[in-house]
Order: sequence, then structure tokens, then C-alpha cells
Amino acid sequence: MVLPGRIVKNTLTALFAVVPFISFANSANDTVQAHVEHAETTEVHAEAAHADEHAPASKKDAIDAYIQHHLQDTHDFTFFSDEEQGKHYGFSLPVILFDNGLKIFSSGELHHGEKVANVDGNYYMLHHGKIYKTDAAGTLNYDQHHHPTNVMPLDFSITKNVVTMLFVAALMFFMFIGLAKSYKKGPIPTGMGRILEPLIIFIREEIAIPNIGEKKYRKFMGFLLTVFFFIWILNLLGMTPLGVNVTGNIAVTVCLALLTFFITQISANKDYWKHIFWMPGVPVPMKIILMPIELLGILTKPFALLIRLFANITAGHVVIMSLIAMMFVGKNLAADMPISLGLTLFISVIELLVAFLQAFIFTMLSSLFIGMAVQDHHHEEDHDHHTDEEPIII
Amino acid sequence: MEGTLNLIGAGLVVIGAGLGLGKIGGSAMDAIARQPEAAGKIQTAMIIIAALLEGLAFAALILGK
Repeated sequence: MVLPGRIVKNTLTALFAVVPFISFANSANDTVQAHVEHAETTEVHAEAAHADEHAPASKKDAIDAYIQHHLQDTHDFTFFSDEEQGKHYGFSLPVILFDNGLKIFSSGELHHGEKVANVDGNYYMLHHGKIYKTDAAGTLNYDQHHHPTNVMPLDFSITKNVVTMLFVAALMFFMFIGLAKSYKKGPIPTGMGRILEPLIIFIREEIAIPNIGEKKYRKFMGFLLTVFFFIWILNLLGMTPLGVNVTGNIAVTVCLALLTFFITQISANKDYWKHIFWMPGVPVPMKIILMPIELLGILTKPFALLIRLFANITAGHVVIMSLIAMMFVGKNLAADMPISLGLTLFISVIELLVAFLQAFIFTMLSSLFIGMAVQDHHHEEDHDHHTDEEPIII
Repeated sequence: MEGTLNLIGAGLVVIGAGLGLGKIGGSAMDAIARQPEAAGKIQTAMIIIAALLEGLAFAALILGK
């Protein structure tokens, strides 16, 4: 059963529009942080937004904390900060909480986690990028892993990642509207479209048509193009000094993989489901055994997609930050600096390639899964026909 | 002790990734040597398989840490 293109397109648009708001601040980064927090002491009041040399005992722990902080999502957009004077240059973003009613306030009131925010009688405290509900004194109760056990309100804030995703969405919107408009003047695009057109044709010829087929690729081109450019531009923005790490945030990659998952399942035809639940051409006991394996296979494919993108981008950022931090850990600055900067430059160039490659791989695997779901299965008729015909032997 | 086991595991992951990528690279070189005009397609396929393998390696590293 194939849905009409109109419904698929509207569903995709609605799902895509929801993606920025699903990105809760710091949903699953705790698993990575858990090992780092063993070494840190529990000094909440000394935790400024870019705290790296305050509470932790050794330089290595300070660097670990610095790297973990830079991988996270923050409630304000800080460009750079001055440690000695404690000033941060940037702007605050709105915090939207749902805690028995909608509470909207500026993140400037959270003061980078130093003071308690007082909003309509409720007190909120920022700790490691997450907002907890406390009392007027700002007490946070810790369990044995130094994680606060306070209640967390539902956090729908416009964080740095959300701002970046909205910016990339607006950028893509204007780029492609410009390209589409320039086609009115003639078959060759002018301006920005000259870069985009070969890329779009590359995706159509190399990714969409070979995997999905000539007849049905048109419906899915919108999704594939969006995913490709979205991931590519976000990866590239992660390389800039702005310090945004969107695709390295597991919430974002989960949403992208979920989009692929829903699109493949919604547009799958009967042959696909028959192959999963009741594989034809196989004896019955094998069919019973194969069914849970195939069901698991449906889930592992998007899971691999999301882990691949998340791990590649996060690992790249961690390596670059560790190489820069090597300068501070080493004893001889004059000798360490050129080595460290040289290696960082080398790794950054590789990361530029990785940015494109991960977008390409995500798009290609998505189109492969979609193609597997929507393809017409010609083999069925061949199996049946071969039993009827006699082989002609002369 | 836990840190040492982590590092040994990371080393094993890197050995696995290195072996896999080496095998892919070797086969790609052989194939390009046989048929230089198909070099473009072979290169594309090699990059794709390399990215899949890197994904597994990075996933193991991140999940282990």
C-alpha cells in the first residue's frame, strides 16, 4: 500500500518541522559524562559556564570537564568568555519549561549556573547544562554518582542547538528557493544555484535512482536532499569556532534516524512485510525462526545510522579538542605548540572530509532502506513460473 | 584497573578497524590495477565500505567509554 505523494510530503514536512523542538537539552550525554564525574568534586557554586580550572584537582580533569562542556548543548549562545574577569560575550536564549504550566524566561536569569533563578515562586538551578527544580537556597541533592536527584521540569527551551538548526533550516530554505526561482529565467541556474545544481544531480543520479528505481525515486527526493544538506551544513558548522555541536548530540541523530525509519515503514509495500513476517520460498520452521530476526533487523538498521553519525562527529570533536589541550598539558610550550597546531590542522582537514562523507553515507543508506521497502519484487513470479515450465533439453 | 581495561578494549577496536580497512584498501588496489577505467566506481565503493567500518569502530569506542 503506497500512500499518495501529497500525504507523504505533508507528513514529512510536519515531522521535519517538529525536529528542532524535540531536541531537549542534553538528553543522553550523561552516559558519556558518568566516568568524568567520578573525578570532579561537587562544587556546584563554582561552576561557571566555561569552568575549566576552578574545582577539578588536576589539569587532566580540568581538560576533561572542558571537553565535556563543549560537547554539550547550552541555554545561552556564548561566543567566548574571559575567565579572569568572569565575563561571557554572547546572548541569552529563552528558556521554556513546562512545570504545571508554561514558564518562559530568559536564560540570563540562570546566571550560568551560579545563582538560583526565581520564576513566579519556583526556583530553578542550572547544573551541567540541565535545569533542576530546587528551593530558594538552590540545594541540589546528589546521589553516589554526583548526579542531582532533584525533579527536572520538561525542558522545551530554545537552546544553542535549536537556534543553529533553525538557522540552517532558514539558510537551506533561501538557498533552494533562490535556485528554484532562477530556473524561471532559463535552464541554466545563476548565482548560488550553480553550486547546488551539480550536488542535487549527484544525489539524484548516484544515490536515489540506483537504490530506489526510476519510477518511484521522485517522491523521496525531497527527504533525501533535505537530510543530505541538513547533515552536511550542520557538520560543517560544528567545525567553525562558533562551538555548536548539533550532529554530535544524540537527540538530533535519534530524530533523523526516526525520520528514516518512519518513512521506510510508512511507504513499504506488501512484499516487504511479507518478507519480514512470512518469508516465501522457505520451509515453515525456518519462517518461524526468521521472523524475530527480521523484526530485529528493522530496528537495528536505523540504530546503526544514528550511532554512526553521532559517534563519528563526537569523536572528531573530542580528538580536535584533545589535541589543542595537549599544548596545556605539555611541559615545553615552544616545542608543543607547533606540533599540536599542526596535528589539529591535519585532523581538521580530515574532519571536513568526514563531514561530507557522513552526510553522504546517511543519505545513501536511507535511500537503500527506502529502496528495499518500495521495490517491486519480480522474483516471486519467476519462482512460480519456473516450476511450471519444463526445461527444454535438446 | 578499569581504565586499563578500557584502553585495552580501545586498542582491540583499533586493531579490528585497521585490519578491515587494510583488507578493503588492498582489494581496491588490486581491482584498480586490473581495470584502471573502473577506478572511479571502485573508489566510491571503497569509501562507502570504509565509512561503514569506521562507524562500527567509532560506535564501539564511544559505547565503551
